[in-house]
Amino acid sequence: MTSGGIRRSFTAWATLALASFGGVAHADPEPYQLNMSRGVTTWSQVPYDLNNISLGVCVVIGILVFGAMFIAMFRFRKSRGAVAEKWSHNTTIEVVWTTIPVIILITLAYLATGGLTSWANTTGSQMTIKITGYQWKWRYDYIDYLGKPISKVGFMSKLDEQSNATRQLGSGMDPYAVKVGDEHTYLLNVDKPLVVPIDTKIRFVITGGDVIHSWWVPALGWKVDAIPGIINAAWANIKVPGTYRGQCALLCGQDHGFMPIVLVAKSKTDFAKWLAAQEAQSAPATAPATAPAPASTAAAPASAQTAAAPATAKQG
Amino acid sequence: MSYAATHDQHDDHHGAPKGFFQRWCMSTNHKDIGTLYLIFALTMFFIGGSFAMAIRAELFQPGMQLMQPYFFNEMLTLHALVMIFGAVMPAFVGLGNWMIPMMIGAPDMALPRMNNLSFWILPFAFLLMLSTLFLPGGSIAGGWTMLPPLSLQTNALAYTVFAIHLMGISSIMGAINIIATILNLRAPGMDLLKMPVFVWSWLITAFLLIAVMPVLAGAVTMLLTDKYFGTSFFNAAGGGDPVLYQHIFWFFGHPEVYIMILPGFGIISEVIPTFARKPIFGYKAMVFAIASIAFLSFIVWAHHMFTVGLPLGAEIFFMYATMLIAVPTGVKVFNWVATMWGSSMTFETPMLFAIAFVILFTIGGFSGLMLALVPADFQYHDTYFVVAHFHYVLVTGAIFAIISATYYWIPKWTGNMYSEFWGKMHFWNSVVWVNVLFFPQHFLGLAGMPRRIPDYNVAFANFNMISSIGGFLFGASQLIFLGVLIHCAFFSKNKATDRVWEGAKGLEWTIPSPAPHHTFDVPPVIHDEELAHGNVNA
Repeated sequence: MTSGGIRRSFTAWATLALASFGGVAHADPEPYQLNMSRGVTTWSQVPYDLNNISLGVCVVIGILVFGAMFIAMFRFRKSRGAVAEKWSHNTTIEVVWTTIPVIILITLAYLATGGLTSWANTTGSQMTIKITGYQWKWRYDYIDYLGKPISKVGFMSKLDEQSNATRQLGSGMDPYAVKVGDEHTYLLNVDKPLVVPIDTKIRFVITGGDVIHSWWVPALGWKVDAIPGIINAAWANIKVPGTYRGQCALLCGQDHGFMPIVLVAKSKTDFAKWLAAQEAQSAPATAPATAPAPASTAAAPASAQTAAAPATAKQG
Repeated sequence: MSYAATHDQHDDHHGAPKGFFQRWCMSTNHKDIGTLYLIFALTMFFIGGSFAMAIRAELFQPGMQLMQPYFFNEMLTLHALVMIFGAVMPAFVGLGNWMIPMMIGAPDMALPRMNNLSFWILPFAFLLMLSTLFLPGGSIAGGWTMLPPLSLQTNALAYTVFAIHLMGISSIMGAINIIATILNLRAPGMDLLKMPVFVWSWLITAFLLIAVMPVLAGAVTMLLTDKYFGTSFFNAAGGGDPVLYQHIFWFFGHPEVYIMILPGFGIISEVIPTFARKPIFGYKAMVFAIASIAFLSFIVWAHHMFTVGLPLGAEIFFMYATMLIAVPTGVKVFNWVATMWGSSMTFETPMLFAIAFVILFTIGGFSGLMLALVPADFQYHDTYFVVAHFHYVLVTGAIFAIISATYYWIPKWTGNMYSEFWGKMHFWNSVVWVNVLFFPQHFLGLAGMPRRIPDYNVAFANFNMISSIGGFLFGASQLIFLGVLIHCAFFSKNKATDRVWEGAKGLEWTIPSPAPHHTFDVPPVIHDEELAHGNVNA
């Protein structure tokens, strides 16, 4: 290899290692990915930072402990003439190596507690989306946005056709061929993604329709279980527009591995356009005289599409 | 001097019963029952291992090549149930049965007939559980945790619950036996704080078993009544709550994983001092640490439930309590290292496995500490990061401890030395391939791969292939172990001395190798300097 070639291959390896370990905001998982990514929300760096800090602490402790072991295995070998010492206890050192770990743990606990309390606070949300897990697909219902209820924007979201055909036993089809542009999306794509605006605190209310599922988009930094009979809540405020992919994260039956999640985050203007189109789509299907009963609990009942509604239509 | 009671057996005066059925099916001898448990555990290890091979074979490449997703779920469910209840727990019970009476100078376990029942329940329980694979609809396939409502969707539930009840009864009776033996049958002079650490670890584990196995029984019985008798414990529509099951199950489940490791800690505290020719560092701290870990294991269960929607206060409490367990566990690791420091070590196979345990179990402990941090756990939960964590503590932890104990004590059991060359071959293959198998799984979890899925996006393909190769080779390496055991028991010409290992101390090494069928019919005279912990000043 030429010297230039060595330098180039070293650079390539270093880049790969850095990219693998660095917190680049991947939309997808990357091959040989070594670490989680920082995510794209105002909170998602919390798990990322805790992961890196705790890993660092563990690596240091590991070097000290395993280092001592390897030194001992070399120095205190009978074949090297080592003679065993007689001592077998030392209260002082026991106290020291009990106290130091406690201090390290208190530090980690302090960092983690702050991150947890900020996550738990869903107040002040500007949007609510209801997520329901089913065997084996998700349902998304838009409840309200910027103080106004959204009616009849809800849909099922299931594994895309190409992935579904490819994953059949003995299909002979190539998972690497399932792509959207350059992205490999095998088992990470759906027919109808969840579309949301950026720079908006979105409250997700999550439940299950049959068995327990779990809704997880790594780019948001959290997962929450979708449990029948319970409504869990979580929030996210996405900063970067893009497409974010996730999966069901709790064993829910035979197709647990085949009910992915796709979240498309658009600018607020683009989202408003999308939402209006969705509402327009669902409105003409019902006669204007019929009062749609919105699922939302928002106060203002007026909705944009009852254009020519006669006075008889009463919303409630 | 023999008591009249011993002549009730149809054996000759000091030997084993003559007939096969009498000796093995009607046994009341702790050594033979210990052997039965160990052979059973080894068999179940290979069965559970073959389920794992099926899992890794399907996960070798993206796409579904070998089995339907539902069968994959059956495999992952039974892999765990077999390994936990059929391999690890019975192996520790077998080691306890064999060694505890000899270590404390007792002639046998306190309740020898109940001991027999405890063992013989197990083959029938597992026959029942494994037979569900052949039912129409297959075995249960919702994970070994059996969370409802999913676990109620199978027709194999009743058989599996019955099998679990049988296993639980076996464990509870075994635990009662252990406590009665250790508290009542120690030879005069064998004070509690002079007992081997292995005996302490089993005494404490037995209390954990009695405390939590009935809780598991309650949980699975409620599953049964919810499915068949119209109750709604876990059904919100009937006024119940699926999360209630999780609380009850994990109240059992967390102490259960400590049940699966504490005897392993005891084993390592026997093996390292022998091959270091130096007493265990901080004997009292080691005993106290095991007790602390056992106590703390009762107050951390909800760390398996951080994503179900617990109140903030609960998440904080369980996070702190879980992190706290790192303290006594760390003390144990430091004390093992301090035992090695300033010692005079040789590296026979038992010592190699024990040293690998200390290093690799500690790595499992590190990932456990990371998992304890709730915001980070929001990303780790139900991913391969968790799978990597628990396989490090269970395979390179519990299983390596069991293997170390087997190499350590088999010369005492059989009277023959095993082949040191093949033992080392087994060791080096195991330690290399187990890391190839499980270390990449940390990366898969961090990259976003959920657990319990039979297929995955192509980005996860590389580490999955590496992991599967490690799995196949690790599995194959265990056949070396099987060969070593068979050779040692039946073909080895290399006779073992009574003491076997130069640095070995304790009552069990004062008995001939192989150990006679009956030992310590008369309580031994205890000389403190012959014990490993006869002179404890800390």
